[in-house]
Amino acid sequence: MASSQTWLLRPLQERSTQIFLGVLFSALIVVTFLHLFMPQDSALHVSAYTVTLLGKYLCYALLAVAVDLVWGYLGILSLGHGAFFALGGYAMGMYLMRQIGDRGTYGDPVLPDFMVFLNWDSLPWYWQGFDMAWFAFIMVLLAPGLLALVFGFLAFRSRVTGVYLSIITQALTFALMLAFFRNEMGFGGNNGLTDFRDILGFNLRTDATRLGLFIATGIALAIGYIICRAIVTSKLGRVSIACRDAEARTRFLGYRVERVQLFVFVVSAMLAGVAGALYVPQVGIINPSEFSPLFSIEIVVWVALGGRATLYGAVIGAILVNYAKTVFTGVMPDAWLFALGALFVLVTVFLPKGIAGLLQKRKKAQDDDDPATAQEATA
Amino acid sequence: MGILRSLLSLRLASLLALLMAIAAPAFSQTEEDPGQALLANLADASPRQMDAAIEAIVNSGDPRARSWLDAFGNNRLSRNKDTGQVVVVLRNVGRDWTIADPLTGENLGEISRRELDRVNINNAIRGKLEGVLAMLDLYSTNPEIQRTAAEAMMGKVNETVIEPLNNLLAQDLPARVRDRLELAVAIYQLEQGDAQAKADAITTLTGSLHSRARAALNNAVAGDDPAIAASAKAALISIEQKLKMNRAAETLYFGLSLGSVLVLAAIGLAITFGVMGVINMAHGELIMLGAYTTWGMQQLLPGQPGLALILSIPAGFMVAALAGIAIERSVIQYLKGRPLETLLATFGISLILQQLVRTVISPLNRSVTTPEWMSGSLVINDALSLTLNRLYVIGFALVVFAGLMLIMRRTRLGLEVRAVTQNRAMARSMGIKATRVDIMTFALGSGVAGLAGVALSQITNVGPNLGQNYIIDSFMVVVFGGVGNLWGTLVAGLTLGTINQILEPWAGAVLAKIMVLVMIILFIQKRPRGLFPQKGRAAEG
Repeated sequence: MASSQTWLLRPLQERSTQIFLGVLFSALIVVTFLHLFMPQDSALHVSAYTVTLLGKYLCYALLAVAVDLVWGYLGILSLGHGAFFALGGYAMGMYLMRQIGDRGTYGDPVLPDFMVFLNWDSLPWYWQGFDMAWFAFIMVLLAPGLLALVFGFLAFRSRVTGVYLSIITQALTFALMLAFFRNEMGFGGNNGLTDFRDILGFNLRTDATRLGLFIATGIALAIGYIICRAIVTSKLGRVSIACRDAEARTRFLGYRVERVQLFVFVVSAMLAGVAGALYVPQVGIINPSEFSPLFSIEIVVWVALGGRATLYGAVIGAILVNYAKTVFTGVMPDAWLFALGALFVLVTVFLPKGIAGLLQKRKKAQDDDDPATAQEATA
Repeated sequence: MGILRSLLSLRLASLLALLMAIAAPAFSQTEEDPGQALLANLADASPRQMDAAIEAIVNSGDPRARSWLDAFGNNRLSRNKDTGQVVVVLRNVGRDWTIADPLTGENLGEISRRELDRVNINNAIRGKLEGVLAMLDLYSTNPEIQRTAAEAMMGKVNETVIEPLNNLLAQDLPARVRDRLELAVAIYQLEQGDAQAKADAITTLTGSLHSRARAALNNAVAGDDPAIAASAKAALISIEQKLKMNRAAETLYFGLSLGSVLVLAAIGLAITFGVMGVINMAHGELIMLGAYTTWGMQQLLPGQPGLALILSIPAGFMVAALAGIAIERSVIQYLKGRPLETLLATFGISLILQQLVRTVISPLNRSVTTPEWMSGSLVINDALSLTLNRLYVIGFALVVFAGLMLIMRRTRLGLEVRAVTQNRAMARSMGIKATRVDIMTFALGSGVAGLAGVALSQITNVGPNLGQNYIIDSFMVVVFGGVGNLWGTLVAGLTLGTINQILEPWAGAVLAKIMVLVMIILFIQKRPRGLFPQKGRAAEG
């Protein structure tokens, strides 16, 4: 009992985790304060729109942490994490659809609008139970977790690694995208799920609910971060790093490499699912484009920019890239893909360790130097 | 039906008239044109006299008879109330109609429609007229018109034309026309003839794949005569069997066609990814560049799509190869031995190239013309015709594949590429310039992507997303076939294409694609190194 507690709480004693959590929570508190207590016309006021935008960034950050866990610490470049994110999102979306009840356009008490539109007369079996929040929240973890379990079991058992694994994860998310585009699948086809009203009885369109979701996302990110830190600092984490660096040797040392890989992969998929579930109520829609291979590969570049195998780097990368995306698509939408493309090239060629690598290098330089001169340099 | 009987002599007569028209162009101007009387006769005729009037026109052998009767059938023949002249209405929209002289074809300008009195035609006459016109075409000396008329006869035979048709069949006819007409007569006999004629008709219809023939047999099966019904049923079953074979052949053709597209798209990747170990996510965009080169060539050479297409083959290769060299020199050479990073960087390049095309050219699809010798189809029989452009693409894919095999197996470059792939350090110590080989290999793989683009421009839309649509499929083909094995790529591409086409009819296009992807994912679990895995040291890493 005591040991399991220390296992999970050990990261809290690390300095890097403390700093990360400190920054995250102060940001949450500052945003909340500025949103609630600053007058509307003040320059410092944070609007509900911005709060939701920040909440969206935090969802992406959690997703990036999940990708960094498998890419940074397990050496698996997943180009299909968008699929787990979207599955979590769809699970949440289904719950939110059922919450609409008879307030939809067609007023059917049970069937979502798109099913009425397609002349379906009853709810498909896989939609059963999603009217209950607890069931939906379990499915948020279970749906991506199960997919990762089956896919990972098959892949790792037959020792598919490296580029092959990357390509088939991409094929996986591509196949799911095509499938979810089909109306017959029963997930709203092209349009996806939208027009949500409440979550857990709170109206999604009020500022208070949005703030609550933002804070919930921040807490989820903190917990996800702690879980990942706990995994990578545990013995299991060290074995997984060994798998990343020399899979064959680890196997020869007697470790069951595929089990380690499977465990970490499933945890990562579940974290991605949670990120998706928090994303959907804030954005207000989930559609098959979240499954697109482009989105999945974009996540990887967030991690690459922030710095692989650092976790906090993934958070920095996700927030920076998405902030840039918001700015670019607002100011000059055509240039965004150029910028993103250039980012891919520049980061991989010139910044292989990402921003976190730069920070570490600077810290190292500081440590090596005389403390006094280091202080001058930063001043 | 006197009109039609007299048609027998028509061929000679019309030939004669034609000769006269050529020999004496002044004929219609200097003397009273006999056509005038014929038309006046038709316009004046009461419905009962119309048969005779039409017969007179047909028997006159006038080369303009076809156009007069056409106009008559289309309600375009009118009479000017003032002058009594018979005219052809060219345009009957609005208040004033444009008219022309049926004798000279001269445009007579516009006239108020109140001034015109239409030469009326009733449905009975119209039905006969259609038969007459079809027969006129059957006697045509132009084989093209004759064949089309014979095609049109299918299922249109009635008691008015059966006799002249039989007479026509007694004459010397081109094989295809004879075949069609025999079928047409047989269909009629099966419906109207006596028992013996029906039995004969079934014999003729057995084995025909024409849908009309099948419809007629189906009716016969439902008919009263049990003997005829039984033999019709037997004929139908044999036709069904033949149809099934044809459908299978068609599926196979579509499968091979899709497969050869996949092979073309993937074969360049098989070189850069399979042989060099470089993951080039911008491969799809190199294909796109090839397709846009074709479009650009056609813009440069307007009106000569065929020449432009042929010139595009070397041009597309060069454009894509140069782009490939630029990518290799600027990015990939710095990422040697880091495949995952290469993947990300080249993906970035693909985004940039796509956006570049969107910004510079257009986000919309461009249309590339298919040259005449590539459009149309090769008709094997009534149920099976192969579109020519796909046939060309299959041939092109095979030629490209054979060319690449030759380069890899028989040239100095191929030898050096294989040496560098197997052991870079050893190859360098033997004096091979590894960097140069890298550049050449990448240029070759990229150039082949450009060739794929030229071919794809003929069968799909040319747009900024062209490459993106093929990149995942291409990787699947290479991985399925076994990395580093060109034969594997060929077999994998053709197999996947065919499987996709077999699944499509009962699963739908999207589901078939999903099933193929899932199948590959499962297959990779079973054989992680593809259909034809590399053996020995090359398999490591």
